[in-house]
Amino acid sequence: MTLAFPFSAIVGQEEMKLALILTAIDPKIGGVLVFGDRGTGKSTAVRAVAELLPTIKAVQGCPVNAATPDDCPDWAGAVGKKIVARPTPVVDLPLGVTEDRVVGALDIEKALTVGEKAFQPGLLAQANRGYLYIDEVNLLEDHIVDLLLDVAQSGENVVEREGLSIRHPARFVLVGSGNPEEGELRPQLLDRFGLSVDVTSPTDINQRIEVIRRRDAYEMNPEKFLETWRGEDLKIRKKIEKARKVMPNIATPDEALHDCAELCIALGSDGLRGELTLLRTARALAAYKGAKKVTRQHIRQIAPIALRHRLRRDPLDEAGSSTRVGRVVDSVLG
Amino acid sequence: MTPPLETWLRANMALTLLCIDPAGLGGMWLRARCGPARDCLTAGFSALPLTVRRIHPAITDDALFGGLDLTATLSSGHFVRTAGLMQPNAALVLTMAERCDPSLAVKLARGLDHGTCGGLVAVDEGVDYDERAPETLTDRLAFHIDLESVSATLAEPSDPDPMAIDTARRRLGAVSFDPVNISDLTHLAASFGIDSPRAILFAMKAARAHAAFFGRECVGVDDIKAAVELVFAARAVVLPPQDHDDPPDLPEEDKTQDMPQSQDTLAQIPQDMLIETIKAAMPDGVVDALSKKNAAQTAGQKGQGAGTERRGNRRGRPLPARQSKYDSRARIDLLATLRAAAPWQTIRRLSADHRIEVRPSDLRTKQYKQHSDRLIIFAVDASGSSAVSRLNEAKGAVELLLAQSYAMRDHVGLIAFRGEQAEVLLHPTRSLVQAKRQLAALPGGGGTPLAAGLKAAMQMSDEATRRGLTPAIAMLTDGRANIALDGSPNRKAAAEDAETIAKRICATGTPSVVIDTANRPQPPLKHLAQTMNGTYFALPRADARRLSAAISGALDA
Repeated sequence: MTLAFPFSAIVGQEEMKLALILTAIDPKIGGVLVFGDRGTGKSTAVRAVAELLPTIKAVQGCPVNAATPDDCPDWAGAVGKKIVARPTPVVDLPLGVTEDRVVGALDIEKALTVGEKAFQPGLLAQANRGYLYIDEVNLLEDHIVDLLLDVAQSGENVVEREGLSIRHPARFVLVGSGNPEEGELRPQLLDRFGLSVDVTSPTDINQRIEVIRRRDAYEMNPEKFLETWRGEDLKIRKKIEKARKVMPNIATPDEALHDCAELCIALGSDGLRGELTLLRTARALAAYKGAKKVTRQHIRQIAPIALRHRLRRDPLDEAGSSTRVGRVVDSVLG
Repeated sequence: MTPPLETWLRANMALTLLCIDPAGLGGMWLRARCGPARDCLTAGFSALPLTVRRIHPAITDDALFGGLDLTATLSSGHFVRTAGLMQPNAALVLTMAERCDPSLAVKLARGLDHGTCGGLVAVDEGVDYDERAPETLTDRLAFHIDLESVSATLAEPSDPDPMAIDTARRRLGAVSFDPVNISDLTHLAASFGIDSPRAILFAMKAARAHAAFFGRECVGVDDIKAAVELVFAARAVVLPPQDHDDPPDLPEEDKTQDMPQSQDTLAQIPQDMLIETIKAAMPDGVVDALSKKNAAQTAGQKGQGAGTERRGNRRGRPLPARQSKYDSRARIDLLATLRAAAPWQTIRRLSADHRIEVRPSDLRTKQYKQHSDRLIIFAVDASGSSAVSRLNEAKGAVELLLAQSYAMRDHVGLIAFRGEQAEVLLHPTRSLVQAKRQLAALPGGGGTPLAAGLKAAMQMSDEATRRGLTPAIAMLTDGRANIALDGSPNRKAAAEDAETIAKRICATGTPSVVIDTANRPQPPLKHLAQTMNGTYFALPRADARRLSAAISGALDA
């Protein structure tokens, strides 16, 4: 595996970077959807953020990365008690993946060779406590999407098949990327993503030059390039760690709640998921910025990324959902 | 614009550069029909520093990434894997790349991104412009070569000299690239409308490889020229503005780098020269293609996430398990497999242990059958005097179709438009009883809000697609649009609105039929059908039976 491109060296795309940082601070926000043109650094950013994050402590050899030996599922067998630090898992969910591979299935290998009924954990187990990354999420087949929705919602993967009855935790940050020209995403899945960002190729020519310059430097000599940016990356990591610590103590005044609710009503978003995400994200942002409480400014900043994908689609409104959210934010928050 | 000979030489140069730096350049998108020219070029792949393997668009994951070697596993009693074709030291040649589906494209693209795939040559035999390898893939391949114009007589084997390539490859790391040229290339890419930064990186790498091939230590003007010719020309989307003192470019160029520093190399390359180079190398009829490109993007390139396309082996109604070849997509039906193996156990049991012996021929995989239900959306014009009879015909057709729907798995929805708006009279249903009850009384009269009717039909069709149905729209009308979407009686706006929505329906790829029930055929309706990419019928005084037959015929075709 090649070295990941450093997160801090990504030029521009501030919205995408912020969204990824916020979900890293509070995984409960529930994932990021990145839609945009080719070659805008979508997958680079996801890989980079995982590299940036502090390591997690997990039981060695545990298939679901459990934090303590007690949390290890019993089907995993004897995994020992040794706790090791390991990088935050990032699991790629490839298109055309089978259901078996996602949820786990009967271990055919063992069944055929040893004659034993054993469970072979799938990608959901691997992704526990980490990231599940789906490139071209809009091309994912329906039945896999259904599976993911269910698990992402409950945080638990339940397998009832081929005579197996197994459950294990599967809490992960779902990150999807895609190109809207190739197909749309079902509203049910859209709604499950906490944040959504649109990325476009930078229009500013100097920014583009900088992108090329850095990418070239990275490709010519990755080690040296990483060394250059390590300091910056470390700064962001420290900020994330600090934010994680202070986040439970961030106050959420009633006005903030009121603002969230009013925004969601004005936009006509279905369900209450919009409000909850808005609030959580605003809290994470406040923690990241070192504020003591959630203010209107925080809500204003993250309203577009938290609500953009929850609007009802209007086939005739060419304005795009970001503009629509912007309009409503201006009228509601003044 | 481009003489065939130059195309051929350029293709050979691209191949040489690819041989020098396969990892950096990713590969080549070769658009050519089978013929001597292509054979000649593909023969040159042997000079790649990689093993060349051919793959086809229907390749399974097992073959690509490696999987269970069933025969060896069963006979040896322990797990045996096959090695996949995708290896860091192998170049893949994807034949019939125009038939590559998005999921394979993504897998290959990931391989290229992560360095698990040594290189890729996509051989594309597409005839039409739309018929082409997925952009996910082509974006990651440095060279786009079109050999259509190259005739057999021109195509002489170029035989890249392995020694020279080898030397160049060793020299490659030492070739320096003047940073000034980065901004040049970026400006150039922007002026040709090339958005992806990958193109610029590829151009830089191609320039380096070119310099290494000609034994230069530093990338020079000729190298850049060759690189942009090879990488940018085929990707150009717009022609740069003709006036050369383009205001947004000049001031930036002035300030990007101070020129004196790099005088010993080449400093600024005149952009005009490069622009001319690219223009000269651009494939014929690019501008034609540009308009087509937009059309191709809108013409219903749908993902697999929605509706119609279904592979029937993972969900749906279960069928009896079948003997079939095991691959990673199949699910083994354990019970059926054991049942198939059971009768043979006495013969097979040569050893003393009491294990059940399973042979590959016993394996049974699960099979499922799935239909994607069809939804026919009737959008019926309930305006004016003939409304009552037309509505009755439509109702009759709806009931007829529903009556057959159990066999056909059709759902039916009905929308009526009159006055200022459209109204959903019947939400998608398969229930004949419910439909009859709701269709009992329908008012008629008023203007023709064609656009509103189309819009309602489109919304219903979108909804249905998301629910996994395959919608089709049948429009029954006799008149021209005279009410705009906002409800105002404005003929011109009404026609424009209808046209806009029709285009959108065309973009979703929903099949459609326009049935003209006027006494005399109406040209605007024919035009509307064309815009929706649908079928047009003139059926004055159609009865329900003929209507239903016409619709079934048009949609089944």
